[in-house]
Amino acid sequence: MTSGGIRRSFKAAAALALASFGSAALAAPGPWQLNMQRGASTWSQVPYHLNNVALGVCTVIGVLVFGAMFIAMFRFRKSRGAVAEKWSHNTTVEVVWTTIPVLILITLAYLATSGLTTWADTTGSQMTVKVTGYQWKWRYDYVDYLGKSIDKVGFMSKLDTRSDQTRQLGSGMDPFAVKDGNENTYLLDVDKPLVVPVDTKIRFVITSGDVIHSWWVPATGWKIDAIPGIINAAWANFTTPGTYRGQCAELCGQDHGFMPIVVVVKSKADFAKWLAEQEAGSAAPAAAAQTAQVAAPASGKQG
Amino acid sequence: MSYAATHDQHDDHHGAPKGFFQRWCMSTNHKDIGTLYLIFSLTMLFIGGSFAMLIRAELFKPGMQLMQPYFFNEMTAMHALVMIFGAIMPAFVGLGNWMIPLMVGAPDMALPRMNNLSFWILPFAFLLLLSTLFMPGGAPAGGWTMYPPLSLQSGSLAYAVFAIHLMGISSIMGAINIIATILNMRAPGMDLMKMPVFVWSWLITAFLLIAVMPALAGAVTMLLTDKYFGTNFFNPGGGGDPVLYQHIFWFFGHPEVYIMILPAFGIISEIVPTFARKPIFGYKAMVFAIACIAFLSFIVWAHHMFAVGLPLGAEVFFMYATMLISVPTGVKVFNWVATMWGGSMTFETPMLFAIAFIILFTIGGFSGLMMALVPADFQYHDTYFIVAHFHYVLVTGALFAIIGAAYYWMPKWTGNMYNEFWGKVHFWNSVIWVNVLFFPQHFLGLAGMPRRIPDYNVAFANFNMISSIGGFLFGATQLIFVGVLIHCAFFSKKKATDRVWEGAKGLEWTIPSPAPHHTFEVPPVINDDELAHGHVND
Repeated sequence: MTSGGIRRSFKAAAALALASFGSAALAAPGPWQLNMQRGASTWSQVPYHLNNVALGVCTVIGVLVFGAMFIAMFRFRKSRGAVAEKWSHNTTVEVVWTTIPVLILITLAYLATSGLTTWADTTGSQMTVKVTGYQWKWRYDYVDYLGKSIDKVGFMSKLDTRSDQTRQLGSGMDPFAVKDGNENTYLLDVDKPLVVPVDTKIRFVITSGDVIHSWWVPATGWKIDAIPGIINAAWANFTTPGTYRGQCAELCGQDHGFMPIVVVVKSKADFAKWLAEQEAGSAAPAAAAQTAQVAAPASGKQG
Repeated sequence: MSYAATHDQHDDHHGAPKGFFQRWCMSTNHKDIGTLYLIFSLTMLFIGGSFAMLIRAELFKPGMQLMQPYFFNEMTAMHALVMIFGAIMPAFVGLGNWMIPLMVGAPDMALPRMNNLSFWILPFAFLLLLSTLFMPGGAPAGGWTMYPPLSLQSGSLAYAVFAIHLMGISSIMGAINIIATILNMRAPGMDLMKMPVFVWSWLITAFLLIAVMPALAGAVTMLLTDKYFGTNFFNPGGGGDPVLYQHIFWFFGHPEVYIMILPAFGIISEIVPTFARKPIFGYKAMVFAIACIAFLSFIVWAHHMFAVGLPLGAEVFFMYATMLISVPTGVKVFNWVATMWGGSMTFETPMLFAIAFIILFTIGGFSGLMMALVPADFQYHDTYFIVAHFHYVLVTGALFAIIGAAYYWMPKWTGNMYNEFWGKVHFWNSVIWVNVLFFPQHFLGLAGMPRRIPDYNVAFANFNMISSIGGFLFGATQLIFVGVLIHCAFFSKKKATDRVWEGAKGLEWTIPSPAPHHTFEVPPVINDDELAHGHVND
């Protein structure tokens, strides 16, 4: 191998390592992925950075403590002639190693708390989507967008047929063959995804029709439980158009592993067009052309 | 023990009863009951372990190969219930039974007949629980946490609830017995602040058990009445609240986590000074840290529920309280390292397990601290990151401490030395494969793999396969442990001395090996130099 070849392969390996740890805005999990994804919403940076800071702090403490331990194990071996000392107490070091962790914790708590307060503030949203968990699918109902209420846009979203056939016991089908373009979508694709606009603060109101589920799209940076009788609220503001995948994250029965979530984030113009089609589509079978005419001008304003 | 040997000791007029039934089923002897607990727990370890093997086999590669998803859910639920209530907790009770009277200079446990009852309830409780696997509706499949409304869909709920009631009764009786023994049966001169740290850790654990097992019993009873008697505690349709269950459950569940780790802290605090040949560093701080952790365990329960939609104030409170726990836990780890510093160390199998415990438990503690940070936990919650975390604290934490304790005290129990070579083979295989098993699960969780799923996207395939291989080999390695135990008990030619370990201190090492059927019928004289932690008031 030439030196150029070595350099190239080294670069490729470094790029692979970097990609698997310091992940860019990944829409879906990747093979050998080592770290949390950065996400694709305004808030998803918060858990990502907090994760990295906490991991760094823990690594440093770990290196120091385990380092001290390994030095002790090397230096104070009986086989090297070490003779045990008698002391069993030292107030100064005990005060020091109680105080330093407290200071580290205060720093971490400060970072976490400021991130949490922004997360908890669902006011000022420009759109509301109601999410309902069922065994074993999701329902999405569009409640309002830019201050206007939306009627009759809502649908069920369940595992795509291809994944569903492949995942049957003894199906003989190859999970690696379930692809959408280059991306493997096995168990991470649905028949009808949730479509939302980019750069819009979207409030999700989340509940359940039967048992507890949990709505989790890692790109948003959070998950929240869908609980019967309770309506939880959370928000996301996606910064990049794309397709973001997630899964139910609370055990909800036999097909818990088979109720994925797909969010398609479109530009505002594309979303307005999509919403108009949906409103027209849902209105047409119900009350004929009359309702469709009401929906059409509404979509014109939303561009 | 032959008749001739006991003849001139008139006080020791009864050795172990001759008949099998008399000796084991009717036993009131703390050593025999301790042995029963330990054998039971080892059996459960293998039953729970076989469930884990099935789980890892199904997760070996993407696609469903071996079982239906519902059976997979049965396996995850049963694996947890069997390991927690059948393997880890009874093992600690067994060790407490064996060692606490020997460590405080008591002739037996304070309430020997209750001791018998609290053990013999357990096999029936687990027969009941395991029998559900063979029932038409199958075993409980809603996770060991049994969250309603899902758990109410299970046909075998009543069996699981009754089994848990029995386990709870057993635990509470065991706890009462341990408290009564420690507070009333100590030899004169064995002041509370002279007790070995293991005894302290069990005293505090016993109070935790008495405080929280009734909360669990209450929670599962409410499940029972919701399902069969028309109540609506957790049914929103009738004005109930599913989240109420989670609050009650975790009010039990979080102290339960410490019930499974505080005695492990005690064990490590016995093993490390012995093989460092140096008294434990900061005895008082160690005891105080255990008490602190026990107190904090009551005010952190909702950190298991950060994603249920708690109010902001509650999230912040439970985050801060949880982070605080790392301070006393850190003190314990630092003190163990300081105990080693300046010592004269040797590395027999118990010490190897203790060192592995300190490192790997601390790694579990680190991920615990990361999960305390609520915004980060929104991502970690209910993923494999959590699975990795609690297996680091429970397998390389609690289980490693129990295995270390078995190697440490086995020569005292059997009178024979175990085979050091095979002990070390067991250790190195365990410590390597357990990391191959659980470390990649951190990556899976961070990449977004939820827990309790029987199948996954191909992106998760690599690390799952590595994890499964580690799992199979870790499981197989434990057969070596059984071999070492059997060899030590029945075949080892190498007799143990009374002291067993050169640096061992404490009353349990002043009696003969094997420990006679009855010990300390006359209270021993306490000599401060003989205590594991030296002179406390230095």
